[in-house]
Amino acid sequence: MREKLIYGLGAIAAILLARDLYSIFMQLPDEASQGMIYRIIFFHVPAAMTAMGCAAVACVTSVLFLVTKNFKYDAIAVAVTEVGLAFLAANLVTGSIWGRIIWGIWWTWDARLTSALVCWLLYAGYLMLRRAIEEPTARARIAAVFNIFAFADVPIVIFSIKWWRTQHPQPVFWGGGKIDPDMYLTALLNLIALILLGVILTLIRLRQEEVQREIDSIRRYAHAV
Amino acid sequence: MDFLRQMWVITRKDLRAELRTKEAVNASLAFSLVILVLFSFAFDPLEDQTREMSGGLLWIVYAFAGTLVLNRSFAREIPNDCLDALVAAPISGAALFMGKAFANFVLVLAVELVSLPVFGIFYNVHWASHFWSLLLVLALGTWGLTVIGTIFSALTVNIRLRELMAPLLVYPMLIPALMSAMKLSVDLVAGKPLGGENEIWLRLLVAFDVIFTALSLVLLETVLVG
Repeated sequence: MREKLIYGLGAIAAILLARDLYSIFMQLPDEASQGMIYRIIFFHVPAAMTAMGCAAVACVTSVLFLVTKNFKYDAIAVAVTEVGLAFLAANLVTGSIWGRIIWGIWWTWDARLTSALVCWLLYAGYLMLRRAIEEPTARARIAAVFNIFAFADVPIVIFSIKWWRTQHPQPVFWGGGKIDPDMYLTALLNLIALILLGVILTLIRLRQEEVQREIDSIRRYAHAV
Repeated sequence: MDFLRQMWVITRKDLRAELRTKEAVNASLAFSLVILVLFSFAFDPLEDQTREMSGGLLWIVYAFAGTLVLNRSFAREIPNDCLDALVAAPISGAALFMGKAFANFVLVLAVELVSLPVFGIFYNVHWASHFWSLLLVLALGTWGLTVIGTIFSALTVNIRLRELMAPLLVYPMLIPALMSAMKLSVDLVAGKPLGGENEIWLRLLVAFDVIFTALSLVLLETVLVG
């Protein structure tokens, strides 16, 4: 069942991505002031939104794990965090490439960039923390608590953006900016495509986590025998 | 009332244990001096520009030196199975947390207050011009540092590589608090009073303290007992 879901979603995501890539490179014109490079925004912004969605899901499943003690939620939390971290990395890298062209520098300590990096570090810490704990129950419990702390920190980090001087361009999608309807449509479809990709990756990672748990229990059984 | 009494018992126990050995406090104090000296090589300490950013340097010193005290907070209870006794004691996790956090707060603040005049002398900074405001910022910033440090000390108490993991997790989490404490300290050391433009950072610092104190109180029992 899940196998079919992964392939089905994969097919939809592939079609959407193909359509968007065609639109981005063949149909849409260069942007008036930025020229060619603006196209990276079609991946930059959706990647950030997907990553944020992943963080929210990870927090909810961490709370659910602490309430129910069901390891299913722990597996979802770790899978979705890993995928979200990859998307956030994609966001940081695409932003850096854009900055090199437009600002002439790879990195600037603008608040929005800084907060994305801080979030990345927080969730990288989550994965490292998991590695350091061997006992599965303690690992799940402690990681869930850390995840809740990290998610509580995210809005504080992001809100401090507004008070720090900012160099990042104001949002053009869903933030009051003006945008051509064709570009909007492509951005929206690309967001859907990336979210689907995130779901697929999470499902695959989830299966790894479940297999890992099974191996662990078999190994424990073998030791007991 | 019971809560305060229980909390006070834990605080007194921790302070007494620390003051008898003075291990963490001495190490932390010496470490803060070492960092202050190291900074003098990284920047020219007498240039005006350096003096402007010295309030920020101060918080890096505090964050580094503070974790030496904070990391040990729960790890110290492992020998002789003291941690099990604390968990089994008829007090709530919240009281245990507040007791430990308050003891740590006193210790870290003491280290900070000793290194502050040393910093003023070394870097030729007139830190005392807004002393009470600076003390308020110190207290708020240190409470944020202490809360995060204490709960993460509990989180990492039983794991491999404890000494490495705790700072790795603590510093990114602390960034909003450190950022606002640095902003405020820079302003105060430069002679600007609290309020007006920098009030928003004071609010951020207070909000950080309140949010994470509440979260820690709710979650400590989950961390230690499950």
